Formats: sequence, structure tokens, C-alpha cells
Amino acid sequence: MFDGLSQRLGSVFDALTKRGALKEDDVRAAMREVRVALLEADVALPVVKDFVEKATEKAVGEQVIRSVTPGQMVIKIVHDCMVEMLAGEEESAADLNLHAAPPVPFLMVGLQGSGKTTTTAKIARYLQTKEKKRVLMASLDVYRPAAMEQLAALGQQADVISLPIVNGQKPVDIAKRAMDEGRKGGFDVVILDTAGRTTIDDVLMEEVAQVRNAVSPVETLLVADAMTGQDAVATATAFQEKVGITGIALTRVDGDARGGAALSMRAVTGVPIKVMGVGEKTDAMEAFHAERIAGRILGMGDVVSLVEKAAETVDEEEAERLAKRMMEGQFDLNDLLSQLRQLQKMGDMKGLLGMLPGMGKMAKQIKQADVDPQMIKRQEAMLLSMTPKERRQPALIKASRKKRIASGSGMAVQDVNRLLKQHQQMATVMKQMKKKGLAGMFSGGGMPGAGLGGGLPGGMPQGLPFRGR
Amino acid sequence: MSDPSSSEPDKKVGWLGRLTAGLRKSSAKLVDGIGDLVTKRKLDDDALADLEDLLITADLGAATAARLTSNLAKTRFGKDVTEDEVRTAFAEDIAETLAPVAAPLGIDSSKKPFVILVVGVNGAGKTTTIGKLTKQFRDEGHAVTLVAGDTFRAAAVEQLQVWGQRTDTPVVARETGADAAGLAFDALNDAEKRADDILLIDTAGRLQNKDNLMAELAKIVRVIKKKDETAPHAVLLVLDATVGQNAHSQVEAFQDIAGVTGLVLTKVDGTAKGGVVVALAEKFGLPVHYLGVGEGVNDLRPFTAKDFAKGLLGLS
Repeated sequence: MFDGLSQRLGSVFDALTKRGALKEDDVRAAMREVRVALLEADVALPVVKDFVEKATEKAVGEQVIRSVTPGQMVIKIVHDCMVEMLAGEEESAADLNLHAAPPVPFLMVGLQGSGKTTTTAKIARYLQTKEKKRVLMASLDVYRPAAMEQLAALGQQADVISLPIVNGQKPVDIAKRAMDEGRKGGFDVVILDTAGRTTIDDVLMEEVAQVRNAVSPVETLLVADAMTGQDAVATATAFQEKVGITGIALTRVDGDARGGAALSMRAVTGVPIKVMGVGEKTDAMEAFHAERIAGRILGMGDVVSLVEKAAETVDEEEAERLAKRMMEGQFDLNDLLSQLRQLQKMGDMKGLLGMLPGMGKMAKQIKQADVDPQMIKRQEAMLLSMTPKERRQPALIKASRKKRIASGSGMAVQDVNRLLKQHQQMATVMKQMKKKGLAGMFSGGGMPGAGLGGGLPGGMPQGLPFRGR
Repeated sequence: MSDPSSSEPDKKVGWLGRLTAGLRKSSAKLVDGIGDLVTKRKLDDDALADLEDLLITADLGAATAARLTSNLAKTRFGKDVTEDEVRTAFAEDIAETLAPVAAPLGIDSSKKPFVILVVGVNGAGKTTTIGKLTKQFRDEGHAVTLVAGDTFRAAAVEQLQVWGQRTDTPVVARETGADAAGLAFDALNDAEKRADDILLIDTAGRLQNKDNLMAELAKIVRVIKKKDETAPHAVLLVLDATVGQNAHSQVEAFQDIAGVTGLVLTKVDGTAKGGVVVALAEKFGLPVHYLGVGEGVNDLRPFTAKDFAKGLLGLS
């Protein structure tokens, strides 16, 4: 149901081939599509309206750069505008603030099930391993069954000390005890994990305000789920007003939600998004990356995530070899085989293609065609039934060879034909890629900062450096 | 282990009062918005656009919001309408959409046990929902066994065990990291021998785009079917009311992998409206069985179309 912005705008601008400055009427027409795209991505309505206004202002009168279409130009402006809004002005604002006399208190707040406890452990582990800080964690969640045990268990996994559990203590008292323990034990940071609460629960909101008064946290992080819908505004505003937050921890960014909540919360609270949770393990945390989230919200794909996911699973040397060949416009059946194997390792093809800019449509087609993951295995079997020479020179494969390959892999000749045709198509794409370059392929040069640079599976950054001070 | 009884928040208000209070608060903004918009206005294109926007802020999604406003326009365009009329018209339309999906979870007593598998993304409220369901089944006199199928998350087993204590219900568990499918199989085997009425299986939270985790869930279902081909008899997808349009992807993926038979909407007591359920009803037609309205053991309500629609629009 979600179409990327590029597809949406495609229909608006297909008829439009005029060059020159963007006209107000055209921009307004485009912005209607932008608006719907943002709403579908769960950006909250008031934020959508502001954003559209701002982007329109910027776009009207802008010269369309040669070599891009007006639609691509609008996308670029919208994208830049969003990155700006997500990132804020100060580069260093996204760093976790440790500027205070130790032990520096951190307070984690949020709705039920937003991921506070896991995020607490992730931040603790990060500060301890990367920043060389001694961290103490304490759970103030006296309500949810086994919440305290959960933090203690995560502490053991992540090798972070957690405050011993004393049953029957009130959250404020646990917070004070944690700070005492932090001072006595010479800890640098004390992270207080609180119970999940709805913002209209006045009693519990008052309780967390008391904790805040007792410890004066240097960082109060609102932990929020990237899947959140329009409620993001209400929740963020309420926590901001009643508790006061210094930053946002966005969780479940590894899901397939478009993550519009990030923009909503950033816009209404004015506080930076400081970290992103990208998995269930305690090391699955990253610095906030405005470009990535902007691309996702706009449905332009999350190239960096793709590359990073690839980096985790792909055999780097093999990938580099493949990328080099792709750049050279070469692509034989051996390359297809190796690509299929990489794909298998990476898992979901649909999800993967969805991450690629301009490939959303293809992902959809694959979905419609209902591709069986078993299919990859069958294709692999056919490729393995070929001789190395055949794989190097697919043109050799004629009728009798096809028959042999089919029987060797337990498939029919049609299947072999289909595979060969598919390879043929891919090889053509690779050749085009050589001519135009990757960026040209995907977005007509309109997409800034996608960072594809060294080719798709090759040249992968080894995770983004996490900023802190 | 924390004391299971100590943390239960005080519950003195009647459940109906609490439900309406929660829903009323959650819809306050939507309702105020409509009030602002139409008390002194003719229902023209601008007013309709604004109403559509307001429905969108309740997570109904662009398509459903457009349909509802165009329905409204059919009968009332150009007329002077009162705020109450607009609200009532929307509520009726929404209730009509929801009526076919508002169905209670039926327990087939010929199945011994009736196997219920509870699935969903992380933090949706699966374990808490199981606790509440258990209380209800126990109150109805069913023999229930709980299976701590979340063998991944830290202290998930302990969390379910507390609910077991609260509801005086046995919990089958293995150490964290054990194979959930194997655990489910053995638990079903034993429950059959005992001729339990209900076997409630918790599962680890998983994001629907994680293939390996979804494959694990598929395995749980497959293994249960080996023991009883008709099981699981109910597969409940737990959805958080704060979720936005991603709910579509969740329903689709979990239905595909685990054959979801019904939905439970949790955390309806907050500011989130759970309006996405309306769009889900249109698209998937899956029954919505329950609403979760708090953390207490009794905070589970049957889902009724009219009340939910009225609540969404702030009518009582």
C-alpha cells in the first residue's frame, strides 16, 4: 500500500517536461502527493502541514537542474528539507551529554512496550565499552511483572552492573538508592529505567516527575517506537511538558515501519533524536542518522541500512569482486550464483529490495508474483548443474545442454529457460549501469547523499561511528 | 521475583467507567477538533478536507478517512450541520465497518485443549494480554495451562510466571534460549493427556520483516500441527493502539506466517486511538476480540463496534 514518493510524483510530473524554474502550481500539485506520502509514513498531521508549507516555499522558483526531471528536483528539495528538520542545527546536539559531575544521572521514560529496558542496557553497554565509563543501571519499574529481573538479566548479558533489587521500595527511593550507590561505588553514569506509562495517567506522570526532582537527570530520554502513528505528537508533547526531555531514543528502526514518528517528535519537542535501536541484542544501537530516516519516510529506500545489513552478512571479498565486475558491466552465471548465495544469507528479498531506491516497485512485483524463497534454492541447483564453462559463457547453453541441466537439477527445461532469461535481463542492467553509473540508474542524479559511491555490495562502511563525548 | 500482588494498581472504578474514561481522553483532541470545525460552518469542501484531516490524526489512514468524509458529503454536502451530527454520522459509519469484525473469541469445548497462540511484534503487550485472558478463562471455570514460549527475551519467562501466580494457573517453561517449538509440542502433549480446556502459548516478540524469526514462528505452528492438525485453534495477533500504518504490514505478515484468526488491541487507555483498526477491518476483515485498557488483571474488554466507534468520536 505504500508507494514511494518517487512513484507518486512520477504520475504528477510525467506530463511535465518543461524546463526552467519550478512553478507554484506544479509544486502545489506535487506537494499534495508529498502530503499523502508523509501521512502514510505516519508523520503527524500538524507536522505534515508545516513541512509541506516550508518545502513549498523552498521549491517555488527553484531552477530545475539539467539532467533531472522536475519531479526529481522536487524530491530532492523535499528530501533536503526533511534532513534539515530531522538533524536540527547543532551537529553535536545528538551526542549523549556526560557533562556533569559523576555519577551523571540518565532517566529513561516512555510508553509501555516502547523498548525502555532494552535501550537502557544498550546505552549502558555503549557508554561502558566505547566511552570507557563505569555505568550502573537501576530499574524503577515496580509495576510490570519481572521488569526488574529483565534489566538485571540484560545487565549480566551486557556485563553492566545493575542495582540489587529490593522488593517493596518506591520508584523515588530506588532512584535515590541508585544515586547513592553510584557515588559510593565510583560510577560515572547511573541510568534509571522507569515503568512504562500512558501520559494521561496523572498518578504515574507525577511519580516520574518526582524521580526527576530527586535526581535532576542530565539526560532524560523519551524512548519511542518507530512504528508509532499519529499519537507520536500527543505522547512526545506530554512527556516534554510533564517531565521535560532532552532527547529521543528511537527503537525498532530495524522494522519495516516508515518511521514518520521520528519527524513528528523531533518537530514538536525540538529535542534531538540521540540514538536508534536496530535489533534485540544489547549492541544493536546506532547514532541517529537523519539522511537514512529521511529516505525511509519518503519511501526512497534506506540505502545505508541495506549496505550495513549486507556488510554483516556478505562475504566482503566476494562482494567486492562482484561489485567490480558489475561496475565493469560484466555479469555471467557465476556472478548470478554468487549473488543468489549472498541473497540467501541476507534473507528476505522483499525487504531488501524495498530498501533500495527506485526498487520499491520491483519489490512489489516480486511480492505480487509471490516468490517462493525455495525458488532461490532451485535456481542455485540449476546453476550448479551447469559446467563451469557454461556458467562463464551462458551463450553455450543450447537445447541438449538445457535438457541435461534440467534433469541434473530436477527441474524442467522451461525453468532453465526462465533462469537464463532472468540472467540475460540482469546482465543488461549491469551493462547500463556501467554506462550511466549507479546513481544515474536509480534516481537520475537527484538523490543527494545516498552514498552509493563505491558500488552496491562493495565498499561497505563498517557501521557508522557512534558519536559521544 | 517481585511480589505478584503488590504491584497491581488499585481498581475501584467500574470497568465501564474506566473504559469510557480512557477512550474519552484518547479522543478528546479529535472531538475538540470537530467541535471547532463545524459548529459554525457549512459543510463545504474546506470543512470536509479538515474533517478528513482529523480522521487521519486518529490513525484511520488516508484512504479510510477519505471514504468516510465522502460518505458524509453524499448526504450532507452544502448543508449546515451541527457538530453532533457529524460525530454521529462518522460513528455510525465506523460502527458499520467494524460490526462484522466485532466477534468474541469462541472456545470450542470439544477441543481438549483448545490451543491459543499469541503472536505480535516486540512490546505489543502479548504477555500482559495472556495474563488477562487467563484470568477471564479461569473465572469461566476453564482448566488452563500457560506456555512460556518467549524463550528469547530476558525475564520473559519470569514475567509470565508472575501472571501464572496471579491467576493460579500452571506455567510450562524452559530456560531462556530453549527451543520454543519443542516446548510448545511437549506442553501440548501433556495438556492433551490432562485434557486441559485451554492451552495458551506465549511467543517472543518479533518484527514482521525478520525472516529468520518469522520462520521460527512458522516452525512453532508446524510442530503444533504435528500433534493436532486442527491446532492452533486461535492465533491472536496483539496490536498496540499507538501503532500507525505499519499495522497493515504486521497483520499481513503474521497472517501469512501464522494464520492469524483474530486481533487484540492493547493500550487503548492511553492517548492513542487505535483508529487503524477501522482500516484493518476494511482490508482484512479479521475479527477483533478484545481491547486492553490497563495493566491490571481485569483490564480486558470485549470489542464492540458501536462503543469503539463512539469512543473514537467521543460520543457516549
